[in-house]
Amino acid sequence: MEVVVSLAIGALGGSGVWLVLRPRSFQVLLGLSLLSYAVNLFIFSMGSLSIDAEPIVVAGRVGDLLHYTDPMPQALVLTAIVIGFAMTALCLVVLLAFRGFAGSDHVDGAPDSRDHDDGSRA
Amino acid sequence: MSGIASAHLVVAPVVVPLAAAALMVALRERRRAERAVVSVLSSAACLAVAIALAVTVDRDGATGVYLPSNWPAPFGIALVADRLSTMMLVLTSALGLASSVYATARWQRAGVHFQPLFQVQLMGIHGAFLTADLFNLFVFFEVMLAASYGLLLHGSGPRRLRAGFHYLAINLIGSTLFLVGVAMLYGVTGTLNFADMAVKFGAIPAPDRGLLHAGAAILSLAFLVKAAMWPLGFWLVPAYSSASAPAAATFAVMTKVGIYALLRMGSLFFVDADGNVDRFLAGTLLAGGLATLAFGTLGLVASHKLARVASFAIVASSGTLLAAAGFGLPALTAGALFYLVLSTVAAATLFLLAEPVEQTAVPEPTGEEEGALPLLPFGLERRELTADVNLDDDERALVGRVFPATAVFVGLAFVGSALMVAGLPPLSGFLAKVAMLAAILAPAEGAAGVPAPAWAFVALVILSGLAAALSLVRSGIRHLWAPTGRPAPRLRLVEGAPIAILLAAGVAAVVAAAPAMRYAGDTAASLHDARGYVGAVMSARVVAREGS
Repeated sequence: MEVVVSLAIGALGGSGVWLVLRPRSFQVLLGLSLLSYAVNLFIFSMGSLSIDAEPIVVAGRVGDLLHYTDPMPQALVLTAIVIGFAMTALCLVVLLAFRGFAGSDHVDGAPDSRDHDDGSRA
Repeated sequence: MSGIASAHLVVAPVVVPLAAAALMVALRERRRAERAVVSVLSSAACLAVAIALAVTVDRDGATGVYLPSNWPAPFGIALVADRLSTMMLVLTSALGLASSVYATARWQRAGVHFQPLFQVQLMGIHGAFLTADLFNLFVFFEVMLAASYGLLLHGSGPRRLRAGFHYLAINLIGSTLFLVGVAMLYGVTGTLNFADMAVKFGAIPAPDRGLLHAGAAILSLAFLVKAAMWPLGFWLVPAYSSASAPAAATFAVMTKVGIYALLRMGSLFFVDADGNVDRFLAGTLLAGGLATLAFGTLGLVASHKLARVASFAIVASSGTLLAAAGFGLPALTAGALFYLVLSTVAAATLFLLAEPVEQTAVPEPTGEEEGALPLLPFGLERRELTADVNLDDDERALVGRVFPATAVFVGLAFVGSALMVAGLPPLSGFLAKVAMLAAILAPAEGAAGVPAPAWAFVALVILSGLAAALSLVRSGIRHLWAPTGRPAPRLRLVEGAPIAILLAAGVAAVVAAAPAMRYAGDTAASLHDARGYVGAVMSARVVAREGS
């Protein structure tokens, strides 16, 4: 399970970093979303991964992390998801407005019809 | 201590702006006058509360702890008002009041919801200074940033949107790093409360220390992005210089949130057994701070637009503070805290002043970036370009003509803010720099002489002052001194008054330099020895049943 989760985080994070460094603004946005997914999973994994363990104390079971999953990271992830979602939406609006002004979806507003991999500034 | 806690005063700087913002959103957008009144009142109330807190904390020498959910410290949320927090609160709310008054003249009409966003931003900054746990620091950071995105884009236009998009992207990545750092620190220590972490940090077994340091480094990276340390700070100048004047004036405090967080972490977590800041962090801060200061100095000389000059002044101030924090000397930290307040006020004043000074300037050529234009010193080439302006006629006409009052005010205010930014006597920026340089050049006991980094710091601080003076004198000659036959700047009272009051605060700091330095010294001492903070938070008692 640890291997699966860490591979998933790695794949999401790696793709996210690659996309953030791309010259098109929509790719940057997707990269930011993927990065935030990777981080959310990462926060989860920090509370020690467990299967079938409850986060809330049940009567008659010893109250330690051997018998329960840590509720704290879950609360943190919930907050992080909400904030990340709102920020992504805001970023999308800015991106659309920027595209309207610049006439291209280059991150620096450089004119279109160039090699897409050319990240050079105007 | 209980007096502060029971008065609920500690939570007021967060609650008041939030309530004001909610009230303003409920009011219709067309009712601008009412909105402006609510906003200004809320900012004024925050300033009053901040001053009251600062005075109480300083007089009692105690730390005010407030438990919003009435749970004891490591489990519930805690807000803490100590000397450093209240000092930053006073600074933020004073700039907030000045900017919200300034915005009532013009900027609140440039789009919807300026004033509510502004109050939310104040709430975020205040919360970041008050909170005593890592996750709420993240939440308040996000509140502050979310509002700042809206404020930066206020007024729209392609330049703002481009700078805004870059600003958003870099800050979202910064938040990602923040979360990774928080998660790693939580994973190792099992707590998020500052004081509890400080207690547990020493007891972490050796095998876990690597993970702990990695988490701390990633977290610090997020703060360094916010504080605009050299390789991480290229977003700052385009973003701040394209923001509207009152928004930019509060943005001046936002970089200081990063510095505050680093100072707080440095004092609580990243310390060795003797209470000195961790050597790796200190080395990074010192090297990065010196690089930032050098970058800011070069940028100051290269900038022509006033808003860019002010932005680079913020970069230079960040660099100075980071490097000063890297030395880890209490006396130097005291000078640096004094400098922090004054340099922020100076940069904010310059942002507010940039608009009236430049509004009557010869229209800029619509180039891409100001820095890319082949400008000659003093705008000489522009004189030749605008050949239809007959300089001789103007000069003759100027003799014996009465200056308009606004021109006199703008000119004097410009001179005052230039002295503040450059740190020249007789204004208080000079005293702060002298305090820092005196502390660093004083021979430490047992040391043979002053080490090389200290000399580099001294040289760069002096050079950055020279660069700021050069750059501002050049702008002053171009915009205010050289006759160009333009009309006198228009300035309303609500725009002039905040500038005048901020400058007056700079002058007052000269007169009250002794108590101010004493306060800064006490603050630095409490940062250097964090036992008081930890003890106050961990011993905070919950309120019995019926509450306050």
